[in-house]
Amino acid sequence: MRKTVNQKAWFFILPVLVLVAFNAILPLMTVVNYSVQETFGNNEFFWAGLIWFEQVISSPRFHDSLIRQLIFTFSILAIEIPLGVIIALAMPRKGMWVSVCLVLMALPLLIPWNVVGAMWNIFALPDIGLMGYTLNAIGFDFNFTRQIEDAWFTLLLMDVWHWTSLVVLLAYAGLVSIPDAYYQAARIDGASSWAIFRYIQLPKMKRVLTIAVLLRFMDSFNIYTEPFVLTGGGPGNSTTLLSIDLVKIALGQFDLGPAAAMSLIYFLIILLLSWVFYTLMMRNEE
Amino acid sequence: MGLSWMAWTWPTAAFFIFVAVAISSMGVWEYFVPGGAPRRGIFRIDTTRGDRLFISLLGTAFVLIAWMALFGTPLWGGVGVAVVWALFVFWKV
Repeated sequence: MRKTVNQKAWFFILPVLVLVAFNAILPLMTVVNYSVQETFGNNEFFWAGLIWFEQVISSPRFHDSLIRQLIFTFSILAIEIPLGVIIALAMPRKGMWVSVCLVLMALPLLIPWNVVGAMWNIFALPDIGLMGYTLNAIGFDFNFTRQIEDAWFTLLLMDVWHWTSLVVLLAYAGLVSIPDAYYQAARIDGASSWAIFRYIQLPKMKRVLTIAVLLRFMDSFNIYTEPFVLTGGGPGNSTTLLSIDLVKIALGQFDLGPAAAMSLIYFLIILLLSWVFYTLMMRNEE
Repeated sequence: MGLSWMAWTWPTAAFFIFVAVAISSMGVWEYFVPGGAPRRGIFRIDTTRGDRLFISLLGTAFVLIAWMALFGTPLWGGVGVAVVWALFVFWKV
């Protein structure tokens, strides 16, 4: 059978191409241009070569932010992905509770990021916050504004609270798409709950979990608003993640050249890790 | 308004022209030899020509960053390694 070739379809993606060009490609090109120049404002630029890249690559400040960022991202992935799958498995598949659960799960996702940061900031305050006050009342010496471990604990908890729902909803979508015939066959074979999960549910959720991991990875690696509002990068620099550091350099110090070089290295790391995740998770996929 | 706000330089323009030419060449290659030449190479991952170009470019960026971190500038040695990497990717990956 001959395949129909319809080149007119290309015209339908032109608006998207134009949009992407204006909001992604042109800014990216500008960042590349800034990364090899120095400016003192007034739209005047001077060639600096690769000096900003050398500066960023050898900067202990960048290394520290990158390590903190990697710890944060891999911690929340290690918590949110399994937790999201467990919650999705526990959710009902039929009946009126399905809607209730779905709405409850969607609620954290509807809250603006800066509001989430402000909410958790107040919630965790040791003197008036419900969580902070309760933890101190039961004997913990909790103060996220002064103690590094407490700041990290609050930061991770806030992200888990905000974003596990996304993993739950994606995993749940994967679960409900599995036909009943698979479960019937498993029951006939006398499969255990673990075997059903390992050999039916998990393989069937592979694609949605790949999307969940990629979304959470990229999002958490870019995270800015929530930790900025919650801790402002402190105490000290203990929760200064890459994006917070980048904004400090670009807007606080107005060092556009180093900030552009850092942005590009940051972008390349996200691109590489996303590709590695995607390739590993889709390996052996038919 | 012009494009002065983008702060163009000749080296960065040359870089983007190179990327645009590389992507366009892949389009021309695909037109004459359709199908993307999929295969499973030395890393046991399925790749098409486009994937191999992407891996080459991404690898090149990290080769240059690593070269800069280890030996500083100039980057000619790193460029040499990157070319070898790209040839390896199109040959074996």
